[in-house]
Amino acid sequence: MADLGRAALLVTLGLSLYALVGGGLAAALGRRRLADSARNALYASFLSTLVAAVVLVVGFVRDDFSLAYVAGHSSRDLPLQYKISAFWGGQEGSLLLWLLVLTAYATLAVWFAHRRARDLVAWVTPVLGGIAVGFTWLLVAVSSPFDTIAAPAEGNGLNPSLQNPYMVAHPVFLYLGYVGLAVPFAFAMGALLSGRTDERWIVATRRWTIVAWTALGIGQLLGAHWAYEEVGWGGYYAWDPVENAALMPWLAATAFLHSVMIQEKRGMLRVWNVTLVSLAFCLSLFGTFLTRSGIVSSIHSFTQSSIGPWFLGFIVLAVVFATAMIWLRLPQLRTTARLESLVSREAAFLYNNLLLVALCLTILWGTAWPIVSEAVRGETVVVGRPYYDFFLRIFGLPLLLLMGIGPLIAWRRASLRGLARVFAWPAGIALATGIALIAFGAGSSILGLIAYSFAAFVLATITLEFARGTSARRALTGESVPTAFGRLVGRNRRRYGGYVVHAAIVLLAIGVAGSSAYDSVVEGRLSPGESLAVAGYTLTFRELTERDGPNATEIRAVLDVRRGGDDLGTVQAGKNAYSVEQQVSNEVGIRSDPLTGEDLFVIAEQVRDDGTVYFRVFVKPLVNLIWLAGLVFVLGALITLWPDAREERRLATRYASAHERAEKHATT
Amino acid sequence: LTVWLLLGAALAVVVVVVVALPFLREPAPYSDALDELDPAGRELLEAEEARDRALAALKELEADHRGGRISDEDYRAVVGALRRDAGEALRAIDRLQEGTPVGGAKSG
Repeated sequence: MADLGRAALLVTLGLSLYALVGGGLAAALGRRRLADSARNALYASFLSTLVAAVVLVVGFVRDDFSLAYVAGHSSRDLPLQYKISAFWGGQEGSLLLWLLVLTAYATLAVWFAHRRARDLVAWVTPVLGGIAVGFTWLLVAVSSPFDTIAAPAEGNGLNPSLQNPYMVAHPVFLYLGYVGLAVPFAFAMGALLSGRTDERWIVATRRWTIVAWTALGIGQLLGAHWAYEEVGWGGYYAWDPVENAALMPWLAATAFLHSVMIQEKRGMLRVWNVTLVSLAFCLSLFGTFLTRSGIVSSIHSFTQSSIGPWFLGFIVLAVVFATAMIWLRLPQLRTTARLESLVSREAAFLYNNLLLVALCLTILWGTAWPIVSEAVRGETVVVGRPYYDFFLRIFGLPLLLLMGIGPLIAWRRASLRGLARVFAWPAGIALATGIALIAFGAGSSILGLIAYSFAAFVLATITLEFARGTSARRALTGESVPTAFGRLVGRNRRRYGGYVVHAAIVLLAIGVAGSSAYDSVVEGRLSPGESLAVAGYTLTFRELTERDGPNATEIRAVLDVRRGGDDLGTVQAGKNAYSVEQQVSNEVGIRSDPLTGEDLFVIAEQVRDDGTVYFRVFVKPLVNLIWLAGLVFVLGALITLWPDAREERRLATRYASAHERAEKHATT
Repeated sequence: LTVWLLLGAALAVVVVVVVALPFLREPAPYSDALDELDPAGRELLEAEEARDRALAALKELEADHRGGRISDEDYRAVVGALRRDAGEALRAIDRLQEGTPVGGAKSG
């Protein structure tokens, strides 16, 4: 079976090379059939990669330990869902998933765009082919998932921390995000290569960018929830380089999604937009490099990891190529439109962009500095939480405020008197929130207070936006409130979907501020019958239990929970001992309060032979708003992504006439 | 040779056919030139984009003004420029559709 997997990857390599070389020639020489043929090669590369992926999945499901990758990441008693997720549990499978997602995206994006912009797609095909060549080469020549060995009787099993439901979905979403950013990059480069710097590349990639950005956002939240449940240190984000690797392209893509609106509305920021798209894609490559090369744990991983130098070369190539293309096309990217006022919506979006990019680059510097330092000076440096927290506050709080200001300012210019009128209510609500928080004793954290006041400001502007829009529509049409509300959102999906996403970010900010600025912690060793008290809760250690799970022995400390005079039931925390993997994992106990969004979070740090357990207990106010934010984020993204028939008709009319003219030009 | 290798070879044959399809379908086409916009077509497309931009901005401004998000003062300051932009884009489209380059029309 490994032969089929290897053959399929070789076929993908041939197809990608053809898409790169044949597609490039077709675009340069203006050959229609060759361009169509190269495009077909891109479609077929998805088919051959899918065959390779199916072979690997079958290998895992059938416990085919003659495949070294399967033997290294699975075992016979591993539950089925983890046998499947073991596919991306190691380097080779992750690269194959990258390639599978890339060829799927390439197929769909090119399929939907080629009728509207043949000349542009002719140049996009070789760019996507080139990216696919890079990854396929790694899989064929450097790090193959189809290497075979003399099959052992049992595999090594899967790392216990990966045996978690969130780890089944988290990497898939993360890769859907990382790889999805290749689509806007390829179309931007296609536009620059062809010299067609009109809006078609933006129109063709608008939805793909939002899909990738949404997937990356969901992937990070799933990863945060996994860390919260599985890693067992009481937090959900530790500014770990691999976590930062996903955050950076998301921030760059967020900046792009805002700045591209300025190009669409005003025709401005063309250079900035192609730069942001390139930055987002290169950061997604850098993220994969950090995750897969092992460079983060040790600079010497270059000698340990087979893909590190290749990946670094690939990143350098992408950066040089994108920079050269932007430089070459600068004259065509320049526009005559200028920023007319520093108090306008485009100016607010520009400030938002500068803050997002500044945050992104400071995180990049903090992530890359230990690597650079060790490589250049031979010194090991750790960039810790204070560095990142400082910049998050410096750039994050103004960003939060701008989320409320930006959408309510007029394009081009706005008067201060007009602004005062529009923002009077939200500012009043923010002030009242701050005063109320101080009155209720929540003034201990100044930053928390500022964050909550800004959050109240943004939520007020969003609520007012929906209320004003619905009211104006009712005045115009006489519709009922639900109908007017539904049609308001339905006819302005990007705008109102965007507001819902903003509401999600506010929920996230409230959750992060609440759980970090106002949390409580207590720790201590308990014997059965003894208690701990924290933030109004009393936990009494009742007993230790032991049971056999599907592939691990599960030891649990059972604690009775009381608050005030109320019995809140029990919470269990403990350890899982995995026999095949010879590893022990922490299994935390979490009791969530759905009304307040608060979590009681219990870690059984040490389970002693004498029956005592060392516990660490956190109370995290509002932490569940972070996960709720994820659901609201998805809702907002879906509203934004939902096809708008009127917009589609308008674009179809515009591009149909352009297409007719192009066909006429080609046949004359 | 294993069955799996044969399956791999079959996959290779299928994709070669898929890739060769445009040449098999049209062995001797009337024209093999890629559909590309000529300079005038590109200019027209950009003028149409400018028109859509201006009209969308006008529509949004009207809706914002009606909804009370934009004051009368701000509305008056912006609406004139937007109408001018839309007018210019429409005139440019008319000229291009009549076959007169925008630059030529301006200088003439």
